[in-house]
Amino acid sequence: MEILVAILLTVATAATPLLIAAIGELVVERSGVLNLGVEGMIIMGAVSGFIAGYVTGSPWLGLLAAIVVGALFSLLFGFMVLTLATNQVATGLSLTLLGLGLSGMIGAKFVGVPGPKLSNLYIPGLTDLPVVGRLVFGQDPVVYLSIALTFGVGWFLFRTRTGLTLRAIGDSHGSAHALGISVVGYRYLAVMFGGACSGLAGGYLSLVYTPQWTENMSAGRGWIALALVVFASWRPWRVLGGAYIFGAVWIGQLHAQAFGIPVPGQVLAAAPYAATILVLVLISRNKRLTMMNTPASLGQPFVPDR
Amino acid sequence: MRLELVKRPQRSMLFSALSPFIAFVLTAAAGAIMFALLGYNPVKALGTYISPLTEVWQLHELAIKAAPLILIAVGLSVCYRANIWNIGAEGQFIIGGVVGSIVPVLYPTYESWLLLPLMMVMGMIGGAAYASIPALLKVRFNTNEILTSLMLVYIAENVLDWLVRGPWRDPNGYNFPQTAQFNDYAILPAIASSSGRAHIGFIFALVAAVLMWFLMKRMLKGFEVRVMGASPRAGRFAGFSHGKMVFFAFMVSGALTGLAGISEVSGTINQLQPVISPGYGFTAIIVAFLGRLNPLGIVAAGLVLALTYLGGEAVQTALGLSDKVARVFQGMLLFFVLGCDTLIHYRIRLIGAKAEPAAAQPAARLEEAH
Repeated sequence: MEILVAILLTVATAATPLLIAAIGELVVERSGVLNLGVEGMIIMGAVSGFIAGYVTGSPWLGLLAAIVVGALFSLLFGFMVLTLATNQVATGLSLTLLGLGLSGMIGAKFVGVPGPKLSNLYIPGLTDLPVVGRLVFGQDPVVYLSIALTFGVGWFLFRTRTGLTLRAIGDSHGSAHALGISVVGYRYLAVMFGGACSGLAGGYLSLVYTPQWTENMSAGRGWIALALVVFASWRPWRVLGGAYIFGAVWIGQLHAQAFGIPVPGQVLAAAPYAATILVLVLISRNKRLTMMNTPASLGQPFVPDR
Repeated sequence: MRLELVKRPQRSMLFSALSPFIAFVLTAAAGAIMFALLGYNPVKALGTYISPLTEVWQLHELAIKAAPLILIAVGLSVCYRANIWNIGAEGQFIIGGVVGSIVPVLYPTYESWLLLPLMMVMGMIGGAAYASIPALLKVRFNTNEILTSLMLVYIAENVLDWLVRGPWRDPNGYNFPQTAQFNDYAILPAIASSSGRAHIGFIFALVAAVLMWFLMKRMLKGFEVRVMGASPRAGRFAGFSHGKMVFFAFMVSGALTGLAGISEVSGTINQLQPVISPGYGFTAIIVAFLGRLNPLGIVAAGLVLALTYLGGEAVQTALGLSDKVARVFQGMLLFFVLGCDTLIHYRIRLIGAKAEPAAAQPAARLEEAH
């Protein structure tokens, strides 16, 4: 029982960075912009969050720095695709490549240094309850924040007028522009929100999940987050479910390796990526359904004509 | 103050030719600023960065690094022209290297002049077969090829890791995770062994670039690729099949990438190791765009990006900076190339804060009227 609770606790920590990054990207894609730079923004968040946490000694300031850097880094992408109308796929890729390089350079002096760690929630009485106590009341604060974020984004997109406008822009930027809505303005904000989320996801990796900095520590999570958005057919609640399934796969393979299951470790290490492909195949099979769910302007450059 | 894009009536030939050079200059400028911020003399640091160009043996190293970049990017240019996004070249490179190494690893005593051609062909088949997975998934199941081809990179890395630590590990290798050294018949010959170690993989790259240029410019297939990329609808009316194009693009680029992989293993490393590529598959994406998706432009771009690797190493040894400097330069270069490409289709107008109200008013009134 103790082991099961411990495993379930780690599933939440593995799912949380995926969830936060995917929720951010969901908002970006709902506005009609495809940002393939998630991996790069996560790793920039991870390195800046770690350094800020290490220097100040406060994991909270570290997370704050991760959010700010993630948002600023995404502005680079925003300026390119929104103001200069560059190809979104290529620009997103270059953001990832730049992020992986820049983070390695900035973080070179911090590899292997132990950093501060965000401690888990402890409510006397409640957290001490058997089994459910630690699962429900004993996670780290960001886990709760990520679930609140999912709530908030779901409410914003489907229950507010601004959310409706954002979705309209994603489905038809031409019509939105004709109505006098600032397509580029909305998209800048959406891109920055996505950057802030990816940054937070990165900060979570280097301050909570494994409180240290290692190069390439995002390990493809940005790409899995992108796949999660497709898997969830651009709906926040399904992102939550998908993130926890992937968190379970991620943790499952780690524990399987530790338990000495007679399968090469590399097969297990490849499992989350193979699972991503499998899930994408299952979800994309129905072409009509996919087309119905995908924001219609996704990935198309927009230049307001005057 | 803000920027505004004004569409040009037709693409600007001037900026079409100039944009890679502008991007290059901007990257150098940004690099100088970066070095200055890090507390180094920017002129001296940049000088160190391009210092590899001054020595003959370093030029050989340049060719060694440029060969895989050019081969991969030439293949990727076909994909990107057809608007098909293969970004998993890194995985196809690894699998090409693995499949091409089957014979020299499993039959280390097989010595024949046939061995090298056999390895090259098997490498190409391996790369093409691995690339056909995302193609098949896209055509059959409508799956996003960007994500699947990228996921396959992580899987390929694990395949190679398993092989060199498991069944293919050199029994006499003191437990190091690597295969036995290939025999002489399995190693690509050097171009001019007296002055450096560049091997004929570089010749493969040049030949591939010329052949691909011919295919794209002078043959129907090249026309088909361009039409399908520019307008799939128009392509359908012309009787071109999108599904076949996806397979064609993925398999051509997979085969060339596989050839790059086995050339690198055979000519440069001479054995399999857990890591056989310093990110060539991803850097080649930058090469493809810097070369304007033109095979001949890609040769030049490949040499430039090869220099970023060597320059990164030079800065690392001379100034003690992280070798990730190379990746930063590569990322900046791609950013600037993409940004400069905007100038081909648009004129950029800077609208000052003072001029804005006057310019904005008629537009606003127009909107009201509508």
